[in-house]
Amino acid sequence: MPAEFEIRLTVNGKTYRGRCEPRRLLVDFLREDLGLTGTHIGCEHGICGACTIFFNGEAARSCLMFAVQADGAELVTVEGLAKDDVLHPLQQAFHEHHALQCGFCTPGMLIAALDFLATNPAPTEDEIREGISSVLCRCTGYVNIVKAVAAAAEVMRTAKSSEQGE
Amino acid sequence: MKPATFEYYAPASVDEALAILERYDGEARVLAGGQSLVPMMNFRLAMPRAIVDLNRIPELAYIEEEGELVRIGSMTRQRRLESDPLVAAKLPLLREALRWVGHLPTRSRGTIGGSIAHADPSAEIPMVLQVLEGEVVARGPQGERRIAAQDLFHAALTTSLAPLEIITEVRYPAMPTQTAYAVEEFARRKGDFAIAAVAVTLVRDGERCTKARLATAGVGPASIRLREAEAVLEQKGLSEDAVGEAADKAAAQVDPASDLNGSAEYRRHLTGVLTRRAVSRAIGPGT
Repeated sequence: MPAEFEIRLTVNGKTYRGRCEPRRLLVDFLREDLGLTGTHIGCEHGICGACTIFFNGEAARSCLMFAVQADGAELVTVEGLAKDDVLHPLQQAFHEHHALQCGFCTPGMLIAALDFLATNPAPTEDEIREGISSVLCRCTGYVNIVKAVAAAAEVMRTAKSSEQGE
Repeated sequence: MKPATFEYYAPASVDEALAILERYDGEARVLAGGQSLVPMMNFRLAMPRAIVDLNRIPELAYIEEEGELVRIGSMTRQRRLESDPLVAAKLPLLREALRWVGHLPTRSRGTIGGSIAHADPSAEIPMVLQVLEGEVVARGPQGERRIAAQDLFHAALTTSLAPLEIITEVRYPAMPTQTAYAVEEFARRKGDFAIAAVAVTLVRDGERCTKARLATAGVGPASIRLREAEAVLEQKGLSEDAVGEAADKAAAQVDPASDLNGSAEYRRHLTGVLTRRAVSRAIGPGT
């Protein structure tokens, strides 16, 4: 049995410590060890994107990393998006545009879309479709997801420009 | 599924990593970005006794210019290369190809050296190494050596790297400013593995094409240069007829396999179509 490793990481601004054997996938560590079950596990081989999280500020698949690799890292998961019970503008847009059906892909979809909007704050519809292509929605509810991402992009741009204007 | 058990090492230097590899004598695997190896471990297609994780070796991530060379540390993330101004200026073909590599979240972790060492037949980064005539620097117990692209890729997932060697650097000759280039790919969905892809660079002198380089992905056991098509363009120029002939040569040269994504015949056809499209787009409209 390989030695266990002690790791320390920050998730949604809170510091956690834990022990894990090397083969513990990061997504399993989040769900099973830290109880943060918002991040979902779908395919476990990097195709479906349900497990997408922010790893040191960039979206990444948490099923393709070992927990031990996250020692010292800063993570953001879907639980970290809403602030004080106020939904993030992207979550609000998903709510308003009915951009989730079964909801299984939604945690990954939100993180992937946020990362995409950080690289492209004013995307065209085609760019949004490409931007969210890293996450599969098996309900095939893409039309409303694209609408929600476009709406959120606008809200986030307006918020940013009014921030800068103040 | 979950990976089988393994011993884990995260060395702080290449020397330390090499020492661990040597100790396990071929039973340890090097972990770069993990976007190919970890899925294989999750499926238990790969069950190494030990993992040597290069992600804690900062000296392996850099992008530098040295004379006419662009030197890229093997652990440089694909995402960083995508937005790097030096890559945009000196290796615009690599930048264009990276847009076809997986998705943004996989490029956050995926590295340039990892993709080359893995040598997936449908991967774009080996194709770029071939078309730009780059090379890798590998370090092993016997020291350091350089391996040219044309000597590196042998077969699917098989390179001339020795089991105890690590790619430390990827080198490309800077593309001359006037180089025309394009990447054309066909995949079922954005970010999927290429069913067929062709990359091209062209250097022109008036009506003549003084240098043509073409390489493939997805249409054989490894990325290859399309040398017969290159010769046609260099001898006959870039007229519609010459480009058509080069496309025919390209289709004839490749040796694709059939799988669920497409028959060998279909991939051969695509190779010709993508060659014509890539060359036509590289030279631009009205030329």
